[in-house]
Amino acid sequence: VTPRHTWHIVSGKGGTGKTTIAGALACALATSGRRVLLCEVEGRQGIAQLFDISPLTGAEERRISRTPAGGAVYGLAIDAEDALMEYLDTFYHLSLAGKALDRFGAIDFATSIAPGLRDVLLTGKVYEAVRRKIKNRPNAYDAVVLDAPPTGRIAQFLNVHAAVAGLAKVGPIRNQADSIMRLLRSAATTVHLVTLLEDMPVTETEEAIAALRPTQIRIGTVIENMVTPTPLGQDQLQAAAAGSVILKVPGLSVKQNRALASEFAIEAGRTLQEQQRHERLTALGLPLVQIAFDHGGIDEGSIFAIAEQLTDQMSLEAA
Amino acid sequence: VTDKDQTKALPLPPPQARLAVPFLDIDEIIGDRDTKIIICCGSGGVGKTTTSAAIALRAAEAGRKVVVLTIDPARRLAQSLGVGELDNTPRPVPVIDTTAGGSLDAMMLDMKGTFDDVVIAHSTPDKAEAILQNQFYAALSSEFSGTQEYMAMEKLGQLHSEAEAHGTWDLIVVDTPPARSALDFLDAPEHLSSLLDGRFLRLLMPPARGPLRLMSAGFSMMSAVITKILGAQIINDVKTFVRAFEALFGGFRQRATATLELLSSRHSTFLVVATPQHDALREAAYFVDRLTEEAMPISGMVINRVHTSALALSPERALAVAEDLTSSSAALEVEALRRHANLMRLITTESRQIERFASARPTVSQTLVQSLPTDVTDVAALRRVGVLLADKD
Repeated sequence: VTPRHTWHIVSGKGGTGKTTIAGALACALATSGRRVLLCEVEGRQGIAQLFDISPLTGAEERRISRTPAGGAVYGLAIDAEDALMEYLDTFYHLSLAGKALDRFGAIDFATSIAPGLRDVLLTGKVYEAVRRKIKNRPNAYDAVVLDAPPTGRIAQFLNVHAAVAGLAKVGPIRNQADSIMRLLRSAATTVHLVTLLEDMPVTETEEAIAALRPTQIRIGTVIENMVTPTPLGQDQLQAAAAGSVILKVPGLSVKQNRALASEFAIEAGRTLQEQQRHERLTALGLPLVQIAFDHGGIDEGSIFAIAEQLTDQMSLEAA
Repeated sequence: VTDKDQTKALPLPPPQARLAVPFLDIDEIIGDRDTKIIICCGSGGVGKTTTSAAIALRAAEAGRKVVVLTIDPARRLAQSLGVGELDNTPRPVPVIDTTAGGSLDAMMLDMKGTFDDVVIAHSTPDKAEAILQNQFYAALSSEFSGTQEYMAMEKLGQLHSEAEAHGTWDLIVVDTPPARSALDFLDAPEHLSSLLDGRFLRLLMPPARGPLRLMSAGFSMMSAVITKILGAQIINDVKTFVRAFEALFGGFRQRATATLELLSSRHSTFLVVATPQHDALREAAYFVDRLTEEAMPISGMVINRVHTSALALSPERALAVAEDLTSSSAALEVEALRRHANLMRLITTESRQIERFASARPTVSQTLVQSLPTDVTDVAALRRVGVLLADKD
């Protein structure tokens, strides 16, 4: 089966679990014999924390997990300064000039004073990893998963090369920017938006989709994270939420049954609200994926459990 | 039913969620007239905007004249405060209780607008026009992220000057962007200085004078490299921009330094906002440590969305009871017990996270705000959050 996408970009509002989902997606894509690169760009060492490994530093691409299916996930924490040095070296054989630029304060200028250039360097490095070739393989990695900046910033982040193309009319920077935008807009690239079934994350998901539309970058799926499924119907939930049900759990006192009922009223009310938000997301017309809430917290075992849910629901190209 | 009553009707946190760490007393902070600036920082999705707005509202209803500044691009505060579109102008929030003599204004940072205002205010009309028309400036002021933190500091400085000069406000509450870059303002004066004094910009200029002239061979090489990489046209834009902007940089640096001094004074205080999840608390630890390192005044931590239960029934027991309920007429009971078991497991996970944080940083005071059954979208709900924030239980 020919992979449909090689570049998966995962975004979501803060607190929606986008790093966890990005990690799980990388594992899900790493089926038998496949190599998948998981990248982060926000300097949080989120990958190291998620997989409980020592921090990823420099340009190191370390294997962070072997998946139960027999694939491998590699991790990379991209740093803008390193990316610039590497860029100068690869494209211009200017590693010495890079060091000189550093001494002159140019790198500090490039990555701090005009922070948009940071995004240029970060996306440029991911682009390099996606396009990298090695001997006997069409690509160094079968897929690259990017744990991208949050939804509030995602369109600006991904579209930074279009802004660069607007600034630089000619020259190598312009060519690079055009190539990156071409790949981002191609069928090889897809964006996944992670959300909770809460009002603000859903609103931000809607806003991000609207902001991404003019960039012509494709959105693959909306991933509803931390969902609590229920076997109950609307009527039962509504009655419970209204506090009009009397619970009779044997072995519990009347008082305890009442406490359970009022706790359940809040839970049922929340579930009803979640169902409304699910409707809002359904209206977007994009494929939806649901990931169950893990009440015991996230560890490597639960990453694989989430990966399995993704595999079941996303018809991943690697299947 | 008053808001207080509604709050009391909600279940109290279980004993395991209460800690031996000092209590963060929000009322003491807003009651202290010497507190003039409160900055809320923390990672995304932890309820920073809600917390800032709730504190601002509570302070206003306690008699402070408050302005709340949000620099978060999502228009959430506007939703919470019901003032429609927020822009660079502070607008009064009408539906508050002013019997104590306070007031509440809200505003959202317009990054480009603030930058434009600075340019117009601090340069001649000709130069201002040249800067505003420059392509590099257009990208810097709108399309490039990160300019936000500098502009937030500019705006905070402006609000503070206005508050001092006209007595419009006596408390400024600041919400910050949802990233570590929220603390970039700590480095702003240094970055602006290095830009101003930095040889990089001189590289772009003809070295008419100074020691660089002696390095002109090296200079030409560097200049050629930069041109080769960036393209001649972008360099020209940058050069024009820098020439027009040079005089302004000094002012930026001066004001950034002044704002930083203000933030480290006893008139300011930082609140670090988190939720009881591993990720959020790890980010909170970063904020606490970074602020401590820079000797900035931290009041403590607000931990939002702490789950609670009034029913002392263990998850194991709840699930065992649910399993015994085989009759199909007990579907509601089974689901209620299953949900309770989930909730109790979540409470255990959260308490463990909070305890770990507290044991690593025992001197950082905390206030826990319990998870609310619904979203905070109106002033009444914000008021309830304020009560929970200030409540020791």
